[in-house]
Amino acid sequence: MVLSVCVGSSCHLKGSYDVIETFKKLIESKGVGDKIELRACFCLGRCSDGVAVKADGNYILGVNGANAEEKFVNEVLPLLG
Amino acid sequence: MENRLFDTTVQQLKYEVIKELIRAYDKGLDNGIFHDIPIKIMPGPNASLRCCVYKERAILQERLKLAMGGDPSNPNVVEVIDIACDECPVDGVFVTPACRGCISHRCVEVCPKNAISIENKHAVVDKSKCIECGKCTQACPYNAIILQKRPCVLSCKANAIKVNADKKAVIDNSKCVGCGACVYQCPFGAIADKSYILDVLDILKNSENNTKYKVYAIIAPSIVAQFDYARIEQVITGMRELGFHQVMETALGADLTLDEEADELKERGTLTTSCCRSFVKYIQINFPELVKYISSTPSPMAMAGRLIKAVDPTCKVVFVGPCTSKKFEFKQDDVKDYIDCVMSFEELQAFLDARNIDVSTLPDSALDNASYYGRIFARSGGIAEGVTALAKERGFKADPIAMSGLDECKKQLLLLKLNRSPYNFFEGMACDGGCVNGALCLRHAPKSLSDVNKYGEMAKEKTVDNSVKLYKMATGAKSENETAVPKAPGSEEAAD
Repeated sequence: MVLSVCVGSSCHLKGSYDVIETFKKLIESKGVGDKIELRACFCLGRCSDGVAVKADGNYILGVNGANAEEKFVNEVLPLLG
Repeated sequence: MENRLFDTTVQQLKYEVIKELIRAYDKGLDNGIFHDIPIKIMPGPNASLRCCVYKERAILQERLKLAMGGDPSNPNVVEVIDIACDECPVDGVFVTPACRGCISHRCVEVCPKNAISIENKHAVVDKSKCIECGKCTQACPYNAIILQKRPCVLSCKANAIKVNADKKAVIDNSKCVGCGACVYQCPFGAIADKSYILDVLDILKNSENNTKYKVYAIIAPSIVAQFDYARIEQVITGMRELGFHQVMETALGADLTLDEEADELKERGTLTTSCCRSFVKYIQINFPELVKYISSTPSPMAMAGRLIKAVDPTCKVVFVGPCTSKKFEFKQDDVKDYIDCVMSFEELQAFLDARNIDVSTLPDSALDNASYYGRIFARSGGIAEGVTALAKERGFKADPIAMSGLDECKKQLLLLKLNRSPYNFFEGMACDGGCVNGALCLRHAPKSLSDVNKYGEMAKEKTVDNSVKLYKMATGAKSENETAVPKAPGSEEAAD
């Protein structure tokens, strides 16, 4: 799965880099490095619901440094099936 | 002619032509524009700028040609409009009637070539001996001797402008570094830059509202000093209304340039910067023995384009900036894959007005991709400051010198050539004060400098780290220890 975190201006200001760092650690600690490819992308067109994250075709919105772990566990991991 | 946006009427004229061209494009271009646009701008019947309205219109036709890309057989981005050149006097040293016929004759004493004699008690210059050093102009207590040089010739620090037999200015392409100083300085607007605005319009149109591919605009950090009637965040909104999918900071590329250039300095020991292509070209033409010191790091524009294309490979990237230099840089082999077109701030203003977009009435859009250091690249000293900070972090010593204006560059490069320079990092910018004073800026004012500093301080990121991490992620490097920064093709020798 490709997990893209928006680093456009708006999401950047809302903490894209914190989200990326948290995801990086989680991918490692959960041992899913072979299943998830973490990427950065520019503007998913959901600026008002940032930080915007896209997991293959699915949008995961309103992510921030504080809830990144919760979002990852509840919304990203289940997509791996 | 009302002039609220620019320093000079010359800029205003260029702007009017480009604005009308864009409007004509939107209606479907045809050859009628060469008749209609000059009349629209100069309705007459009386001439306001030249001898008659017909000459004014003829010159506007030439400006229109330049707005549409100029002479394709001339590789230079800067061209002379022959009929607009007013054949300014080239008398050199000239004794005015203010000469009092004094008895001390300081002018005669000071002349190193014995070119001044006294006839009928007054100074007379022998042109065949005079080397135009100007010493007599300073020695005369009455300021009665003047040195007349053409503004274009004076502005050209690369010594590329000559006067031909018809008394018209001619640019020597083998010496021209494309800095655009003459474009801004010619009081008659007879030297102008080519515009690629039609290419920008085509790129946007063919994207079919960013569905075929996405069009990114990357703006140079000097933009913060441009639109004093609106906030930069409003300008971003306006640019999105023009059809750009997203507006990003070129300063993000500057962060990456800085990161790579600091490593390069550590490895190579002595470096001259590659951000300003006119400065690079100046070294290549005038100091071939120093070419070995030119940094192979891509410029911030190229870096930003490369990063965006790594993330979104089918996209098109348009750089929006303050100078003519970028207009030739993007066509070079090592940059053309990353940047699709270049538009100036003047052209951006014309584009917004052609579409009747008043940015001062628009809501804000966020703009924040780069760090403090990336943003202050817009002014002289920015790169030097950044490289000093990175060198400290990475445990080596940088002795940078910031040079702006080609005269200053020349002075320091001469010392380097003679092995007498105490510095090892040479930040060079062709424009005085750096990019904030680029030839195609709307305004040139001391306030621009503080605008850039303020903009730098507003950046969320204070160091270049996150930009670099982002870059590595985008280009597919898995670990931070990996040096995944590929060299630009052909950049090893800063090929031009």
